[in-house]
Amino acid sequence: MWAGPVYSRQSEALKMSETAESPTETPQEGRQPPTDDSTAAEEKKKIDVLLKAVGDTPIMKKKKWTVERMRTVHSLSQFISRFLKLDTNEELFIYINQSFAPSPDQEVGILFDCYGSDNKLVLHYCKNQAWG
Amino acid sequence: MIMNNDKDVLRDVWFGRIPSCFTLNSDEVTEREAEPYYLMLPRVSYLTLVTDKVKKHFLKAMRTDEVEEMWFEYEGTPLKWHYPIGVLFDLHASASALPWSIIVHFKSFPDRDLLHCPTNSVIEAHFMSSIKEADVLKHKSQVVNDMQKKDHKQLWMGLQNDKFDQFWAMNRKLMEYSTEEGGFRYIPFRIYQTTGDKPFIQKLFRPVSPQGNPHTLCDLLKEMYPAALTNDGEQKRYQVLIHGIEPLLETPLQWLSEHLSHPDNFLHICIVPVPTD
Repeated sequence: MWAGPVYSRQSEALKMSETAESPTETPQEGRQPPTDDSTAAEEKKKIDVLLKAVGDTPIMKKKKWTVERMRTVHSLSQFISRFLKLDTNEELFIYINQSFAPSPDQEVGILFDCYGSDNKLVLHYCKNQAWG
Repeated sequence: MIMNNDKDVLRDVWFGRIPSCFTLNSDEVTEREAEPYYLMLPRVSYLTLVTDKVKKHFLKAMRTDEVEEMWFEYEGTPLKWHYPIGVLFDLHASASALPWSIIVHFKSFPDRDLLHCPTNSVIEAHFMSSIKEADVLKHKSQVVNDMQKKDHKQLWMGLQNDKFDQFWAMNRKLMEYSTEEGGFRYIPFRIYQTTGDKPFIQKLFRPVSPQGNPHTLCDLLKEMYPAALTNDGEQKRYQVLIHGIEPLLETPLQWLSEHLSHPDNFLHICIVPVPTD
């Protein structure tokens, strides 16, 4: 069985834990449309992702999040693991289009540009290898 | 239509080699002096897949308790094993003299820059994922999904064992398209540069314009990286490299995608400054 690329990025993990509760990930409910140019420019640096659980992997109550384009798949996966309170030794696989697992160092902004639809990027996450 | 000389292009790409010299990082603790190790590196493969002999060679000189995961560096830059070898060379070392001089490390793994690669199955997963991603772009995943597990294995084994015929017997299916469409849905490409904060540029780009004209390499660069193009009367600033060569900018992108893609089915394009001397 494939283990998937293993990635550890200590400094980024730290950064993530600091920002895990911050507005970096904003729940979408009640979000107002941008009102001026500076907000619009700010918004362009961020994208919406929709997180969907696969199989018996726990679901997240808030599925839609706003994340920075520069954020990596690895950092997003750490965020989900922490949100779901997974054991640190539990792996989490992330899939696009229910077909491929993007490289952990891939930026979500690029994935959004290529595989986003309806202005959001749908990501499936799973504790076991789901596709491929 | 693939003509005979086009098939030769596939062979030339597959069998491209870079003469390389591996030396041990001077900070490593050794029991005896470690001689440099010379190797012809396949451009289309991955560093961690073809360096078993390098590892064995240096481990003979090392104290085993000082050994952690092996990684490679060129002039201060950690080399990402998950990029094809040819991309690493074109991007970081195309202007340097041969053999390519690579430093081998067995400690202080740079977690910030490199993915861990404990086994070949990690390379296989990365490679197959790239092929699937490329097929999402080319055929909405249809071709790769119609393949069986053993077909996927054939692609991987072909790369791992350097078997051109085995690989291409399967890979040609991933290169098919209907004649009325005139090409793939989108061209799987990545544009790398050494400057800038982005690791690479990747966007949706069609092989044919809405008017039905084939898009060229020049059209792609115009949209993705216009600074790479030289305007009239200007001095050329950048080289656009694919497999170490500068293809004519008028080359149709669809042809490049079919013939100059790496085995992962992506067209990897490096943009590097013109050498100054």
